[in-house]
Amino acid sequence: MPLVEVAGVSKRFGGVQAVNDVSFRVERGMIKAVIGPNGAGKTTLFNMVSGFVAPDTGTIRLDGHPIHGQPPHRVAARGVSRTFQNIRLFAQMSALENVMVGRHLRARSGFLAGMLGLGRARREDREVRTRALEVMEFLGIAALADADATRLAYGQQRAVELARALASDPELLLLDEPAAGLNMRETRDLARLITRVRARGITVLLVEHDMSLVMDICDEVLVLSYGEKIADAEARAVQQDPQVVRIYLGEEGC
Amino acid sequence: MSELFFQYLMAGLTYGMIYAVVGIGFNIIYNATGVINFAQGEFAMLGGMIAVSLVGAVPLPVAIAGAVLATMAIGALIEIAFFRWLSGPSVLRMIVITIGLSILIREAALLVWGQQVRALPYFTGDEVASLSIGGARMSPQVLWTVGTCGAMVVLVTGFFRWTTAGKQMRACASNRVAASLCGLPTRNLVTLSFVLSAGMGALAGCVVSPITYTQYNVGTGLAIKGFTVAILGGLGSSLAAVAAGLVLGQLEAFSVSLLPSAYKDSVSIAVLLAILFVRPTGFFAARVAYRP
Amino acid sequence: MAVAVAAQLLAVYSGKAFLLTQLTMSAYYTLAVIALSLLMGHAGQISLGHAGFFAVGGYTSAVLTTLDLSPRRNEEIVGVLARVGVLVERAELYGGQVLVVHPWVAFLCAVALSVTLAFAVGIPVMKLKGHYLAMATLGVGTIIFSVALGTTWLGAADGISGVPAFPLLRNLGVAGGASERVANYYVAFGLLALGMLLLLNLVQSRTGRALRAIHGAEDAASAMGIDVASLKLRTFVLSAALAAVAGVFLTHLNGGIGPSEASIMKSVKYVAIVAVGGMGSLWGTLGTSLALSFFSLRGWFGAFDDAVFGLILVAVMLFAPDGVLTLLPARAAASRSRRTRAAPAPEGDGGYELPVALAGQRPGEEGR
Repeated sequence: MPLVEVAGVSKRFGGVQAVNDVSFRVERGMIKAVIGPNGAGKTTLFNMVSGFVAPDTGTIRLDGHPIHGQPPHRVAARGVSRTFQNIRLFAQMSALENVMVGRHLRARSGFLAGMLGLGRARREDREVRTRALEVMEFLGIAALADADATRLAYGQQRAVELARALASDPELLLLDEPAAGLNMRETRDLARLITRVRARGITVLLVEHDMSLVMDICDEVLVLSYGEKIADAEARAVQQDPQVVRIYLGEEGC
Repeated sequence: MSELFFQYLMAGLTYGMIYAVVGIGFNIIYNATGVINFAQGEFAMLGGMIAVSLVGAVPLPVAIAGAVLATMAIGALIEIAFFRWLSGPSVLRMIVITIGLSILIREAALLVWGQQVRALPYFTGDEVASLSIGGARMSPQVLWTVGTCGAMVVLVTGFFRWTTAGKQMRACASNRVAASLCGLPTRNLVTLSFVLSAGMGALAGCVVSPITYTQYNVGTGLAIKGFTVAILGGLGSSLAAVAAGLVLGQLEAFSVSLLPSAYKDSVSIAVLLAILFVRPTGFFAARVAYRP
Repeated sequence: MAVAVAAQLLAVYSGKAFLLTQLTMSAYYTLAVIALSLLMGHAGQISLGHAGFFAVGGYTSAVLTTLDLSPRRNEEIVGVLARVGVLVERAELYGGQVLVVHPWVAFLCAVALSVTLAFAVGIPVMKLKGHYLAMATLGVGTIIFSVALGTTWLGAADGISGVPAFPLLRNLGVAGGASERVANYYVAFGLLALGMLLLLNLVQSRTGRALRAIHGAEDAASAMGIDVASLKLRTFVLSAALAAVAGVFLTHLNGGIGPSEASIMKSVKYVAIVAVGGMGSLWGTLGTSLALSFFSLRGWFGAFDDAVFGLILVAVMLFAPDGVLTLLPARAAASRSRRTRAAPAPEGDGGYELPVALAGQRPGEEGR
């Protein structure tokens, strides 16, 4: 069974049909990209998969379980993690604390345990901290642990956000324009990173404009334009699809 | 029995129009700046108090005009001193600032005018309830109130719809960046919104003062009620505010027949809470985007 | 924390005994205020009616410990409760005997009532944002005040007096007598220290991180699995409970309570203190609260008490919205850069709300 099954989802905002009857699948262990010109509905689609927006019609299933219309925290509890296009790190918290919040769902102590400083709470906190540091090491940013997250350099902030998303050991990782604002070298590093993430067994769905990244690492590509599905195939095939080239790749060239 | 009914009806109408005017004041500033001006009620208080101080020296109409102008000046001052130079403040911050401002204005009023209750003299006739509508007796001041407020609503609606300045304000409210890119003097337009709200509030305060009296602390209650009206009307069109004001006015007036009058003020708060909990976007804002 | 305790000892030995009473009262107000600081600073929710919960706690305890049930002594339920120990006999001021609820039971009832009220109010209110939330909490506070002021069996404008001491240990009780001043001082600060400890622990814990995450970027917090609405609600309830506890003890200390404890001005003062002390800082709020409450109680602000707090509120919000400590140059730069980094709204807006931005705000920079 594919990990993600999106069937016939549509979303309208006022007078705009942002997404129109889009269906696709993401198999386990795959890296899939959603591409398309600005306004194609990519972010809306993402928001629907992660629970920020409820689709008007259609279903979204994760591992067979319906997740459409569920609030973001429930979707996260099912093993979905995401990053944001415009970096939403938590202000006034260190990078490590940001990543630790990513692991929120893997611990259970609540108000009472927290206030009383119970042993269980402390143990869980230690575990979360250790895991968070491990993830940061995996991404090579362990040195930034105590820095104020929102004052880091742009590329570093992106890395922290990625660490935060990985900290919960998700099954599905949603990356919203992960390469935005990165230069060529950083983008290549990012590509390596994403493949290492996949090697750990995590399925990746990403929205991207950077064609070099997409063609480099993606197994399949979904192309949207004006909210509709234009193509959904292996990366090579999409690159050569004349319709896609005309709509989107034609202006840029690879 | 029906005289009592009309009594309540007219009371509700009178107060309802006042609340509507204060509510429109909220709308104007909110639409121009995104800020709920908690000090809105104080404008009405200032209008009444200043007029009372002036009326000893000059004829009534001049006193009222003077009070309105003075309050408008204060409104402009507030905008310039507190709002203009803040860059990208958070909603929380703005709320707290306006609350603090309302307290300061109130305390200043206490300092200047003391705790005495004051009132303007009746515009025409005197206190005697010489008018009779549907068997209910009331003072002609009621007509003054309803009439003045109604005139203000009409004038304001016309201002926004037909005059250049009004249209500019609407543009500015809709998208300030775009408006300034079009060359509109957005900062002055924002000041204008304060001036307009202040003036309206002041005039309302003056016109109702003979009936309800004015004291340094009437602003708070009016602010809550005006805010309720503004929210009920969806922080949008003036017409919605008037409708909402009348609804609240009637609810309040008729509540006196059911609850001890000590709880009269609680009625508007209960209404406010009810709306906030059930439908914070108000009842009339559904279709209209923004049309003052 | 040891520092705080040491500071207390110094204060005690400085001699002027009557100052102790005001310090003790300040301590109780501070307990309520640090609870508000948790709500405002860490969860980012404004509450303009917090004094209401303080008053609910105080009034409940006052009513229960002064309402004489002896005329109903023959009723079944009264007899049962008396035997169980819920109701006790005590000597009244004028020599008679009254049958009232045991202070400990009253305390539990007060906190329970406050918690229930907070839940009832919190569920709809926490969904609101910005000015809607402010107005809703203002409204709730005003209703509590009106009820306290207007209801005869709550004492109306005079409030309730004759509230007995609150027994803690065999010889120790919370009361206002001169002979018990020093002991009460320590009780109050002990309670305050306990409260601080609990809250500091909370802030460092998983829940505290989640709260700070909500305050930092609510949508991202939600994406990390944090049930934002539930957490906000529970924080609201916790802060209401702490305020109620403070209210109970202050009422017993003063021997009474009046409607002014529930007034909106009181709530505004609490907010002003939190603003000055720095919304994210429990210690800052602690210090500011102790200082300002003390000055206010000592009458240093005279008749201008309300005006002073209003002025403080405006000044702080204009110039140092993250707290007075940010006026120090090093921190000022940090605070300013944090504020201008506000991220722009994601495209395709739909299922969630970002805080309402001021029209004309410059879009946030991408932080290169």
